[in-house]
Formats: sequence, C-alpha cells, structure tokens
Amino acid sequence: MSGGGIRPSMSFSDAARETLKNRTLRHNLGFATRTICSKREKVVAEIADWEQTRTAGSMLKDEALANLEENLLILEEKVVAAGGKVHWAATATQAVEIVAMIAKSHQVSKVVKVKSITSDEIELNDGLAAQGITALETDLAELICQLADDSPSHILVPAIHKNRDEIRALFEAKLGVRAETSEPAALAEIARTHLRQKFLEAKMAVSGANFAVAETGCIGVVESEGNGRMCLTLPEVLVTIMGIEKVLPKWEDVATLMRLLPRSSTAERMNPYTSIWTGVTPGDGPQEFHLILLDNGRTTVLADAVGRQTLRCIRCSACLNVCPVYQRTGGHAYGSVYPGPIGAILTPQLLGMEHKNANTLPFASSMCGACYEACPVKINIPEVLAYLRGKTAKNPAESSAFRAAFWMMSDHRRFSAALKGRRLGVSIVSGLGLVKGWTDSREMPEVPAESFRTWWSKRGQ
Amino acid sequence: MDSKELILRRIRSAAVTPALHKRVPVEKRPASLEAFVERVEDYRATVYRTTRNDIESLLATLCENKQCLTPEQFDFFIFPAQSDKDYSHADLALFDTTITMCAVGIEESGTIVLDSGPDQGRRAITLIPDHHICIIRADQIVATLEEALQRLDPTRPLTFISGPSATSDIELVRVEGVHGPRKLEVILLED
Ligand code: SF4
Repeated sequence: MSGGGIRPSMSFSDAARETLKNRTLRHNLGFATRTICSKREKVVAEIADWEQTRTAGSMLKDEALANLEENLLILEEKVVAAGGKVHWAATATQAVEIVAMIAKSHQVSKVVKVKSITSDEIELNDGLAAQGITALETDLAELICQLADDSPSHILVPAIHKNRDEIRALFEAKLGVRAETSEPAALAEIARTHLRQKFLEAKMAVSGANFAVAETGCIGVVESEGNGRMCLTLPEVLVTIMGIEKVLPKWEDVATLMRLLPRSSTAERMNPYTSIWTGVTPGDGPQEFHLILLDNGRTTVLADAVGRQTLRCIRCSACLNVCPVYQRTGGHAYGSVYPGPIGAILTPQLLGMEHKNANTLPFASSMCGACYEACPVKINIPEVLAYLRGKTAKNPAESSAFRAAFWMMSDHRRFSAALKGRRLGVSIVSGLGLVKGWTDSREMPEVPAESFRTWWSKRGQ
Repeated sequence: MDSKELILRRIRSAAVTPALHKRVPVEKRPASLEAFVERVEDYRATVYRTTRNDIESLLATLCENKQCLTPEQFDFFIFPAQSDKDYSHADLALFDTTITMCAVGIEESGTIVLDSGPDQGRRAITLIPDHHICIIRADQIVATLEEALQRLDPTRPLTFISGPSATSDIELVRVEGVHGPRKLEVILLED
C-alpha cells in the first residue's frame, strides 16, 4: 500500500492483530521509541520552565485557533503582498487539483517533494499520478517507503520498520546500484547521489509547512537532511500545502514553537535546518510561490468544544513514542497517516465518527495518560479519547459505559476517588468492560500506574 | 460559494470564543560564548575561535586545495576563492567550499542563522557545495530564540542551521550529511 490517506480499511483490533505478528517491527519500534524517549528527557530537562513553556505553547495555539479567520486573512494578505499566490482548498480533492493545475501550467510532469504528512493525508502522490505527474519523495525515509511501495509507520521516522539490510536490498533492486556495505552512512550516500541530479533538474517542488506567521506572512519548514532546503531553494516553482490550523499569530511565537518542537520530536535542542521565507525574493529561490490553505475536516473539529484542542497539534510525534499501544502495534495498525494517540483522536474527527473503521481508533488506548504528559501543547488526549468513545453508537453497552467514564474523568475529585489505589490505566478501561477489540486479541500492555496518576494530579493545576 | 467563503463561513459558525494569550517577555541576559561553542560542537560541527588578525591565515589553511566560493561582498582575503557571479546550480555543484558571514547566533540552541544578506549570499551557495565555513562575530551571538527573532527581518529568506545535515532514518543511527553540506565549520571572531 502506498499513498497514505486517512481512511482505515479495517477496525483497529483487526489491523493490530495483523501487525502484532511482526516481530521485527515490534523489536525495531521498541528500540526506536525507547531511544527517542530517553534522549528527549535530557533536552527537556535543560529547560528550567518546561511546564510553563508547554502552557505557553498550548495557549498560543488556542489563541491562533480562536482568531483563525482573522489570522488566515492577514496571512493571505501578507503572502500576496510579498508576491505569492494563496489558494483555499475545502477538501483533499480540491487541494490535489490545485497542485496538478499549477504543474500543468508549467508543463511539469515531475515534482520533488519535502516530507509532508498533510500531503500524505490528501493522497497527493496518487492523485498526481492519476494525472500523469510523478511526485518524488526526497526525505530518506520517505524515499525508502516510496521505493518499497510501503506506507510510513511513524511520523518522524517513517521507515523505522525496516532494517539496514532490507534497505540495502531495496536500493540495489530499485535504484540499480551496488552498495558496498549496509552501513547507514553508505546507504545515505546512495540516496544523496541518486537525488542530487533530481534536485538540480527539478522545476517544481511541493512542501508542507510546520508553521506560518500571520503578522509577517512567512512560512516555516523544519527538517534535518537538507532535502527540504533543496526543494525550497532550487526549483523555479514552489507549492506549499498547509492545514489551516498551522498559522501562528505573531513572529515572536516562532520562539516558543521552536523551543518545544525539536525537543519533543527528535529530542534535539534544535533540528539541523529550519527554512523560513515570505512570498518570493527576487534573485533568491523560487520565483513563483503558491500557498494552499487546506480545510479537509479541520473546521468540523474546530466546531467541537472538546475535540478542538486536537488542532493544537504540532505533529512532533512525542505521544507515539510514549504510547504502550503504539509501541506494540506500530503505525500501520492505525490505517491512517496519523498513527498513535494523535491519530486515534485526529483521524476519527476528520472523517466523522460514522466512519466504520475510524470510529474504532479511540479504543486503541489503555488510557494511561502518558501521551498527555508528553504533549508539548498539552492536548488532553485521554479526555478526547473518552469523549469520542462516548459518541460511538455502534455498541450501546460500550457507548454508555464510556459516557460514564467521560463524565467521571471530567471531574477531578470524582475520578481520583474512583481510581484510588488501582492501576489506573488498565482499571478504568477493563473495569468498565470496554477494551474488547484490543485486549482479547493480545497481551494487554503494561501500563505505568504512576504516570497516569501524575498526569491526573497535574491536571488540576 | 467558493472554497474560501466556505471555509471562512465554517470557521465563523464554529464560534470559538476569541482569546488573547498574554505573552510573557523572556528576560534578556548576556549570551555565553562558551555555551554557544559547546552546543555547536555538540552537533559535530567544528568551531575555531580567532581574531581579525589571524583569521586570514586560518582561512588559508581551511581552504587549501579547495575550490572556494564567497558571496559578492566579503571582507576577508582568501586565495584563490571566487566570488559568486550568478552561477547556475550546476556550476555551484563544482565548488567544494563556501565561506560566508551570518546574521545571528543563538546560544540556547547552538544555532547560526543566515538571512541572505550581501555578506552571506543567496541560499543556494551555502546549500550545494558540501562544505560550509561560517564566520560569526561575538556580538552577533544572543542568548535566546526570542532575541534572535527580534534581530532578524522576517521578510528575508532565513535559514536556521544547527550542525551539518544529518539523518537518523536508518535504524536511528545518526549519519552526518545527506543533502546539505556534510561539513560545517564555524569561525568565532572574538574582536
Ligand atoms: S498530539 Fe501532542 S505529542 Fe502528539 S504529535 Fe501532536 S503535539 Fe506532538
């Protein structure tokens, strides 16, 4: 499977039953998530007031969302004033159509791409292919997935389910090269050589955006390898697709975001490269710039008072790494380009709880609360999970039990009394008889009782 | 109704209560050059600390036997570097090394920021050659991201650089350099 999208083709428990059979996957994922988590703790500890920074991040995003119309209109005005063009896409299909139209207007049949989950969400590559346009992924992991005709399994390290020997074999088969060794450095060198010529020849690039600033009209892309810089600098035409929730009100807000994002994401003080640009700069970089503002279900999420906080997400993937369910099942089980805890709340909200497989995703959690503790913008994922579970009408017993759970969770004292002295994560769910799908198929994840309690007690502050 | 109207109407009908977030100003403090250097080195970049008197001989050593490029405006003499003359991207690929100044350095994260000013050149020249030597004056280093943003002009193309190009995509093993310059050397001018 390739092309991504956000429509799971089976229920989470069925998909998880499949992926749990894959031992390599579980081994690699376990290693990756443990490594990132322990590195992350170190760089987070360097910030004296991490909690305060998280609060600032969450309030900042709330402000951005509360004044979304105004922010988007200012952004549009600034981008246009700087020589860019702004397009509005209500749906995925419209966004793909706009990219195809721009490519055709330049007689371009090949575009280079910077890793962008938003473009995977709208299945851009398949959509362009249907119109005779090839999109070449340039991020190393995305290139690996593209060559393997496989879908990414992690937001940050999409090819974490493949080991070096598999990647070497893949490069030899698909790129017609011989690798001297399976050393990651040698494999990276192959990718470098393969893509260098493509960058120099590319006429048009497509990117996502990590943020935009309304006040100044600038767009930011955060990356490590330099493929982003190549795409954003060398081609003549640049098209950026951005979810409407990514806009920040003020230039100074970039500081808070950049203090939170790399630490939560790659566990670094700062990622190697961040590019920021405004419209078009004569003599430097693409001379034609298009910004596509994408809705695709986001305004529906915005209209929901409980679910709205999901739109704060900065796609750092910290919640994936700490999630006991994700650590075992891996990203593919979520059937969407948004895996892990964020996927369990974002996918069903974007599609609507009527979607028969997406509505099983909120059950893909032990409710241990580790995701909430890790989230740099304080999205209360367990709260949204419980809320979404309550909306499922499929199984009335499950549904009413979850409404009860949500009611209980929305009151601090009531909840802590109910759970006192118990292993929280497991007990709230299994105690209410709700984990079917996930627990009867396989081992129940071990849930750190402490973390949920810490989470809960902090919640009141 | 066009998509713009539709999206804006949906946002309006979501009726989120307008909110204003009080931004707490970050305290200004002097930057520590030591911490900056340590953090840049942490990314496996090399840092040289020198003075105006000695920089040209240092550059001569670092650039020896290399095809070197500088932006059009460049204060120091390097033999036999060429200055950028609107070279094509393919021509830029023939250079080994680019030497530039920068706009700001950030102690907090060990970052240097280029703003495409005349002493830094257009973005392509610090991207295509495999080796980037970046010169920073001590007075360009600030303590926090907030101060850096205050000094920068957001309408210019900005590149925040924290170490050489890197990937951890294969088994999480960090490899320096995929597409950007694989070697980053920073020269700190202390006078
Ligand atoms: S929900 Fe929070 S932790 Fe998860 S990806 Fe989004 S911002 Fe990161």
